[in-house]
Amino acid sequence: MMLGKNAGGLFWMFRYLERAENIARLLEAGWYIALTHAKDDGSNEWESILITAGMNAAFLEKYESYDAHSVINFLLRERSNPSSVMSAIEAARSNARMVRTALSGEVWEAVNECWMELKAILARPVTERNLHETLTLVRNRTSVVRGALHGTMLRNDIYAFARLGTFIERADNTARILDVKYYVLLPSASFVGSSMDNVQWEVVLRSVSAERSYHWLNGGDVTPQGIGEFLILDKRVPRSLAFCYLKIGQYLDLLEEEYGVRQDSQVLAHSVCARLDKATVETIFDEGLHEFLSALIADTGSLAHQLETDFRFYG
Amino acid sequence: MGHTDTQFDEMLAGLDQARPPYEGYYDWFCGEDLKGLRRKSAEAEAFFRRIGITFNVYGQEEADERLIPFDIVPRIISAREWAKLERGIEQRVRAINAFLHDIYHRQEILRAGRIPQHIIAGNDAFLPQMIGVNPPGGVYTHIVGVDLVRTGEDEFFVLEDNARTPSGVSYMLENRETMVQMFPELFTQLNVRPVSSYPQLLRRSLSDCAPQNSPNGKPVVAVLTPGIHNSAYFEHAFLADRMGAELVEAHDLRIEDGRVAMRTTQGYQPIDVIYRRVDDDYLDPLTFNPESLLGVPGIMDVYRAGNVTLANAPGTGIADDKALYSYMPDIIEFYTGEKAILPNVPTWRCSEPDALAYVLEHLPELVVKEVHGSGGYGMLVGPVASKKEIAAFEKKLRAKPSNYIAQPTLSLSTVPILTKAGLAPRHVDLRPFVLVSPNRIDMTPGGLTRVALKKGSLVVNSSQGGGTKDTWVLGD
Repeated sequence: MMLGKNAGGLFWMFRYLERAENIARLLEAGWYIALTHAKDDGSNEWESILITAGMNAAFLEKYESYDAHSVINFLLRERSNPSSVMSAIEAARSNARMVRTALSGEVWEAVNECWMELKAILARPVTERNLHETLTLVRNRTSVVRGALHGTMLRNDIYAFARLGTFIERADNTARILDVKYYVLLPSASFVGSSMDNVQWEVVLRSVSAERSYHWLNGGDVTPQGIGEFLILDKRVPRSLAFCYLKIGQYLDLLEEEYGVRQDSQVLAHSVCARLDKATVETIFDEGLHEFLSALIADTGSLAHQLETDFRFYG
Repeated sequence: MGHTDTQFDEMLAGLDQARPPYEGYYDWFCGEDLKGLRRKSAEAEAFFRRIGITFNVYGQEEADERLIPFDIVPRIISAREWAKLERGIEQRVRAINAFLHDIYHRQEILRAGRIPQHIIAGNDAFLPQMIGVNPPGGVYTHIVGVDLVRTGEDEFFVLEDNARTPSGVSYMLENRETMVQMFPELFTQLNVRPVSSYPQLLRRSLSDCAPQNSPNGKPVVAVLTPGIHNSAYFEHAFLADRMGAELVEAHDLRIEDGRVAMRTTQGYQPIDVIYRRVDDDYLDPLTFNPESLLGVPGIMDVYRAGNVTLANAPGTGIADDKALYSYMPDIIEFYTGEKAILPNVPTWRCSEPDALAYVLEHLPELVVKEVHGSGGYGMLVGPVASKKEIAAFEKKLRAKPSNYIAQPTLSLSTVPILTKAGLAPRHVDLRPFVLVSPNRIDMTPGGLTRVALKKGSLVVNSSQGGGTKDTWVLGD
């Protein structure tokens, strides 16, 4: 038995941690492109990163052009931006404080230290010189929280809600990254591989920290089909949509086992799992990648909403 | 009893001469080097930050969460000193509970004329809604914090009783945990009585007061907090965690089938005991404060029906009201038939003409407090006030004497803290924590020692530069 409020707090704590991590990865990818490619390609990349992060409109309210310094600081430390890394970490810690009785001491300390260190380093503007160090810190600190969760928490409902938050946020993030690149790159499914493409797809792979594993699986052959298979359907890839939904289904099954009730959210999650199981990369591209991703983003949103209701997060 | 510089130091009787309770510690201390100890202090601070032992300060965004400074030199109390404090506090707590039962039932003490009617009748802390209510288990103050000060070898005084929702016990526990981690050798060498069982005792004590007719097999206990922005939120979460109780806010609760129930992932589940860390006013908007959006509508009806335990009971504030404080020796005698073991600080009630005359003549030596004030507001500290301030205060006092009490400025004892230059004496007080259940009273040996970190200062409040120390009670 646990409080509905705590279930919601855990869910959001881990959504926000995942979000902070994803934004750090996106920035890392954008920065890599800006450094390694000609100005004309690179400067545009910031816009697509802001679109992927869902922050382009908010950015344009504050700034007129996409210079590296403004984008980096907007994504990392802008207080008025509720999804900046600092805001997300603050929100994660605030949720952790609220649900502290549900967390092991080690998880709480890990998230509290994460917050303290990032607060200190993000108190001043991030320059190009310390960007890498800052992004590494975000990844390391959030990894410590995850490690403490794996190593010290009971595998019960508390754990399930934490993991559901992680995978819902991750599925949403992966779908958005693909969807943004779809517009840039795939006016038609038959369009395959110019050199500019490859730059763009590399951003995609880097922003999910998967360039090494992709190349290992595909032997250096970068195609839209290969990337689609990898990020949508391959259950070995921890950031693919199929993997995220596999986990979401499993944790909802665990809750069913614990509570003895099959909830609407579980039915919805398993219907998405079934859709992903049936699909091939060819059918997805034929029927429209954008349509497929839009439907999945919408389903993920509905699922999050249904979890709220099924498990009484707010009353 | 004016303020003098010959204050009593609890550790040192003279240069390099430790008093008996401190002998073992002082030997150890003299063998340590200052630099190493200063490093330990910094370590302790980092530890507190990492654990998140902070308190919130309202309206200061940057300093949103602050640490209460911790001093690594312990405050040590001998077995003999503690035995006397324990007896005195137990007597006091029994009297307070008997008084509360009486004042909300037959009011014998008023009929007997031992305390004047007007002190109760005109007092906001007295809740008419509690008249005739019988709390489950018959206990009013499940948790009490008694503030003590010391002025000499055998001179302890009760400065204040905290019978509503005393806080600070989490510092008592975390201070000890920190000390054991940093100086394990001290705890193997010296016979320090442990404090760590407090959360289990609290849980047992609360469970023992659960309603008899509970639908739950084992009593379900919850801690009710105003939320993460409350200054003592850390403590609320800490205690819930250590007791294995749920930490709830009012919006997690509602009344179902005549019981208080909390919203869980599987629907509403009844609760038996609520350790509430919210004020009376915010308990039930239907009974106390219709303007309040906080609270659980109807919870007082469930309470009156005996279907939930609230700890502490509503209305206990009448027992720690300043206007009542000076009657505590009479209250103790009335209900226990014994003289008070621990004395009050002598107090003049300005409502009485003789006392008022004395106070007016001695303003520069006295501390004058507003009867209903708290947190040091509306107070005159004679020895440090200017002539102008005293004159202004005199006017207020003459206009409404019954609004004030006066006390001598006590020369509080000191315990050294660690400074850059080594040990330096600072004033301290002590708040032991007492648990009351139907059949027993439990006292954790020690309590929270607060210390005024500024040289010469008598203010130990954490909001005004106070810190804390670990408090050791030695075994026999």
